[in-house]
Amino acid sequence: MTQALPQPVADATAPSPSGPVSARRHPRRPGTVVVYVILTVIAVIYVYPFLIQVATSFKTNAEAATNTLSLVPQTWTTAAYERLFLRSDFPVWFRNSVIVTLVVTVGRVLIDSLAGYALARLRFRGRAIIFAGLVAVMAVPNVVLLIPKFLVIKQLGIYNSFAGLIIPLFADAAGVFIMKNFFESIPVSVEEAARIDGAGPLRVWWSIVLPMATPALVTIVILSFQGSWNELAHFIVASQDPQLVTLTKGVAQLASGQLSQGTEYPIKLAAAAIMTIPVAVLFFVFQRRIMNVSTGAVKE
Amino acid sequence: MTTATAPTGTTTPTRAARRRRSGLRRGQNATGWMFVAPMLVVLGLFLVVPVLMAAWVSLSDWSGRGSPLSSDVGFVGTENYTDLLVGGGLATKDFGTALRNNAYYVLLVVPLQTALSLFLASLVNRKLLRGRGLFRTAFYFPSVTSTVAITVLWLFLFSASGAVNSVLAWFGVNGPNWFNDPRGVLQLLLGWLGVDAAPSPLSGHGFLGITWWDWLAGPSVAMTAYILMAIFTTSGTFMLLFLAALQAISGDVEEAAIMDGTSPWQRFRYVTLPMLRPTVFTVVTLGLIGAWQVFDQIYTGTQGGPAKTTLTPAYLSYNSAFNNQQWGRGAAIAFLLFAIVIVFALVQRWLLRERAVPRRKRWNVVGAPPASATAAPGAPGALGPSGERSPSREGDTPHGPGTSGPTARGGAR
Repeated sequence: MTQALPQPVADATAPSPSGPVSARRHPRRPGTVVVYVILTVIAVIYVYPFLIQVATSFKTNAEAATNTLSLVPQTWTTAAYERLFLRSDFPVWFRNSVIVTLVVTVGRVLIDSLAGYALARLRFRGRAIIFAGLVAVMAVPNVVLLIPKFLVIKQLGIYNSFAGLIIPLFADAAGVFIMKNFFESIPVSVEEAARIDGAGPLRVWWSIVLPMATPALVTIVILSFQGSWNELAHFIVASQDPQLVTLTKGVAQLASGQLSQGTEYPIKLAAAAIMTIPVAVLFFVFQRRIMNVSTGAVKE
Repeated sequence: MTTATAPTGTTTPTRAARRRRSGLRRGQNATGWMFVAPMLVVLGLFLVVPVLMAAWVSLSDWSGRGSPLSSDVGFVGTENYTDLLVGGGLATKDFGTALRNNAYYVLLVVPLQTALSLFLASLVNRKLLRGRGLFRTAFYFPSVTSTVAITVLWLFLFSASGAVNSVLAWFGVNGPNWFNDPRGVLQLLLGWLGVDAAPSPLSGHGFLGITWWDWLAGPSVAMTAYILMAIFTTSGTFMLLFLAALQAISGDVEEAAIMDGTSPWQRFRYVTLPMLRPTVFTVVTLGLIGAWQVFDQIYTGTQGGPAKTTLTPAYLSYNSAFNNQQWGRGAAIAFLLFAIVIVFALVQRWLLRERAVPRRKRWNVVGAPPASATAAPGAPGALGPSGERSPSREGDTPHGPGTSGPTARGGAR
């Protein structure tokens, strides 16, 4: 990544509002070079571990333990991947993670947008109380809920089932908040026109409001996908069925040695690398949305 | 929380809008409840009810068999809490150890990640920087991966002959066996200064079952590896928050400061930093809340070892309940942790409170145009903690002609 660094020289002549003054006071080039050096060093520190991770997953066990820094395996081997996919439960974990993540994401999009729309637009009795409650539950830390969630899941009889893995993750106060804020920021006139034309509230929500809310819905999709794909604690307490293990739980148990002996780093790192791929793809697909923090100024 | 500050000066358009829409209000009660019903059911079932149930369990002697609500579960009052806080037994000792470990974690992670993310943000915020996108991507990428995957990687990097120790060896440093090293960092430093054994006033007395000398041990070498990991993975997210705030600062302000003959450091210290106060507040709050909930990495990695120096309250709570069947104690730990998080958030709020700067004054300088406020919820600088960010911004900027008036008012109060 870092080889692509351009020469900083060209910047010296680029126009900028503060350019002329600061250029005279603090000669630009030495400072700029220092900034590039610092940035490059930090970027290497941030990226190199992931390169090591991928490289090591193709090394033999022996080489992984001795030759830890190199990015090129002396003997290439896909043994770790073969073992993961052909002789372990890894495919089952992967399937479970996919199912849970997709259902949770769809569910959150529907629930969050319905509730957010109602809180932003519809005037009904008790709305203020609901909103206050929403803010309150957002303050409850997740980890505090581990034991309590288990108790309720047991009580409801959905322990050791996909329902137990999925339904509790629908709870997403922050998402409702994001949707509510979004709806408050867009004009109400289009919906009113539709309502005057005789469309019912559900119809207005489905065919007018949801399409308009795409930017906010994308945010919800990113957050839910990432959140449920990376979730661990909930899956630990929601089931103990080996058939319902998700990637995070499976890989965590693999890492802590509950499933394999010794320090077989290639297989662990291969598993970790594969579970990173879907979120990495999501990240690169929506990269411009995620990184472009000033969407207000420049429309995409 | 922050929404309580939503602007109130919008009553006039509110009334007009209400009158205009009053014809449409009929039937909205039923529809409104129908729309929020799914959310109420899941939040109620999996957030509110659990907390109430756990509150009961923390006061009971439930052993994990049958329903905690059945009649043969005994009420033991505050016994679970007193066991942890003043019992003096192993429970107190473990809880005290977990608190100490996590306290050092918070003490180091929160300031360091805040400083690093602000530093990274101000570096990549330069308008003339080539390859900004690349750098931002590199810094943000660790934030999208799961804690489990990063922990697996960290266990490898910080193994005895791992990459980190190989790099340290270049500089002639003989690296420790990170995740197996229970020695406290502060005690190591004291050891180098010649203080090997505890002075008797420190070893004789203690708090929560462990001696003052042990409280002063500092984070263990193993915990230090986790601290580095936390900084590595969260700095990207917070960098985006700072970046958004930096870009909202108008160029005019900086230009004026330059005209006044300030140095870059002075500009940062006296112009930029004060304007970033709301973001610093958000980042520190989120950092504190996150740093007290260390669970995933401990479960994946060391499971509390070596010598309990990576035990955290969250993991201890899980372990007591699910592995040792002491459900009451586990739930009690969870509630104590909840209390700690709240206390820290409040103290922090008080420390970072506005001093002598009238609120309205800031509006002029921050002055995000209404257009950006409109796009904010959809803009996933919003990633992660955006739920916190958007409302706080909303309170700080005068925005929303018309549309936000009635709803913000009705919603926040």
